[in-house]
Amino acid sequence: MTNGIKKERVLPGFGPTLGYTVFYLSLIVLIPLSALVIKTTGLTWRAFLAAVASPQVVASYRVTFGSAFIAAMINAVFGTLTAWVLVRYEFPCKRLIDALVDLPFALPTAVTGITLATVYSENGWMGSLLEPLGIKVAYTPLGIIVAMTTIGLPFVVRTLQPVIEAIEAETEEASACLGANRLQTFYRVLLPVMMPSILTGFALAFARAVGEYGSVIFIAGNMPMVSEITSLLIVTKLEQFDYSGATAIALVMLTASFAMLLAINMLQRWSRKYAQ
Amino acid sequence: MSIQIENITKHFGGFQALRDVSIDIAPGELVGLLGPSGSGKTTLLRIIAGLETPDRGTIVVDGEDTTGVSVRRRGVGFVFQHYALFRHMTVFENIAFGLRVKPRKDRPSGREIKAKVMKLLKLVQLEGVADRYPSQLSGGQRQRIALARALAVEPRVLLLDEPFGALDAKVRSELRQWLRQLHDELQITSVFVTHDQEEALEVADRIVVMNEGRVEQSGTPEEVYENPANPFILSFLGSVNLFHGRVHMGQARLGAIDIAVPEHAATDDIPAVGYVRSHDISVERQPTDGASIRAEVKNIHSIGPIVRVTFGVNGKDETVQAELTREAFRKLALKKGERVYVRPSNVRVFVEDYQI
Repeated sequence: MTNGIKKERVLPGFGPTLGYTVFYLSLIVLIPLSALVIKTTGLTWRAFLAAVASPQVVASYRVTFGSAFIAAMINAVFGTLTAWVLVRYEFPCKRLIDALVDLPFALPTAVTGITLATVYSENGWMGSLLEPLGIKVAYTPLGIIVAMTTIGLPFVVRTLQPVIEAIEAETEEASACLGANRLQTFYRVLLPVMMPSILTGFALAFARAVGEYGSVIFIAGNMPMVSEITSLLIVTKLEQFDYSGATAIALVMLTASFAMLLAINMLQRWSRKYAQ
Repeated sequence: MSIQIENITKHFGGFQALRDVSIDIAPGELVGLLGPSGSGKTTLLRIIAGLETPDRGTIVVDGEDTTGVSVRRRGVGFVFQHYALFRHMTVFENIAFGLRVKPRKDRPSGREIKAKVMKLLKLVQLEGVADRYPSQLSGGQRQRIALARALAVEPRVLLLDEPFGALDAKVRSELRQWLRQLHDELQITSVFVTHDQEEALEVADRIVVMNEGRVEQSGTPEEVYENPANPFILSFLGSVNLFHGRVHMGQARLGAIDIAVPEHAATDDIPAVGYVRSHDISVERQPTDGASIRAEVKNIHSIGPIVRVTFGVNGKDETVQAELTREAFRKLALKKGERVYVRPSNVRVFVEDYQI
């Protein structure tokens, strides 16, 4: 039907905008990342394996991804709760609390890290309360989780707020009229609708936590094999002028993060299958 | 099941939504709550359902006071204007929802649920869509699914809040007739809310006209239309013309028209308004008697089966609207600017303590 006729688009400028997008993405994301890959290819296969699979490095993967996963899970639960409260209820200082959520975004990560380390150290406010219970936060793997949870909170809250706002009160009323109790309404009606966004928020918080450096190193203690994150290892290698070793580890991080984001993206699409 | 609504009063902040409303609904009746927006009709429906609590008054369903009973135990089917279907569930799961959330001892088996859902889909004439999601259905289909979902739990009463309000005109009128038939089949006590007088007149067994939180009149569609209790109802049900004048000792004088109004026999020269429905205005080329008013054709609008003609009277300051059948219009062959006579019949005179 459209033989020989150029397809008309309603919005002009498809060519220039696509061109700009590709150019911009190349400049900001693809070129630096490809440099990373090229730098790594300078290594022999054996040297690459030695760099990325040494026990210290493997331990750091475990610490980084494990802590990031736990932190993102915590955020998924409590971020959802926070978003729910901020959308559904009216209370004094609501605007202020809403703004506070973004604070971890705005603070320099080093400030967050030093603050957390001070508060949770043995004689800090929180640390001195937890000390008698035998719980040590600062300079332990637990501290890493605390820092990663702090910086990841806004992602879940901000992703969920518009979704919760869009849930019509009528669907809850319909559920109640049909005889469902509050719990049934929550997990049969509300949760499935919020789930895709919880997953998105989880993925974002997780990705951010995996890449976090500044706030973690101040509270982690950075003991090799115990509380050393991969980002720190990369920096250490750089300081020792082991550039290819650093890029090799970075490449592993990159691949793992990308694979996880992709997987979560697909999971999210599947959970939104009703909205084709 | 019968419903007795007794002395219901409800405030929202400083706004009084319902003022001492009482209505009796007989078992199996289909009642239309009709009124303009803000008249309290939806609030009343939500109070019957238990979605709102009244400040005062009681709701008695089948002899049982349900005012304090929670919405999930009331056994009401509620159909929302915007369907409120669960968009992440298929049509099948939407309809099955009310059965699946029953306490385990009352919950039917999977096979029973399937049989019941299929029966309901057949009832609402949508057998083929069980596996689709609500977003894949048209508005009319969604509303029928919402109705099937409400009926699945075998409610004692069915409540519908502007059920056809979000649909286009053709689907609306089809669904109206379909709802009427469905009600005749199921005989379930039903209350629906509408601001569309045509819808109320067509569907309901009985109409309750509401305004500003009060019941203005209640009766069969014929009663309410033929004998409106006050000017508000008269002007709400269809378009009317107003003739201002005075009433003295049972005789009304409205401009050029003189009418005997025996119900106002004891009046002593007080202001009054005569209301005439647009289709009670006849048009003639020669005056029959003193009741014929000289008029000039100002506008002609042809609206499907009727033709609406606007006349200027009394030196064009006032207008009178007449609705003529196509047939009558063709016979008269009216032209814009022509001088003719209009003749009101069925004039209803209300003395002026009523305000619209």
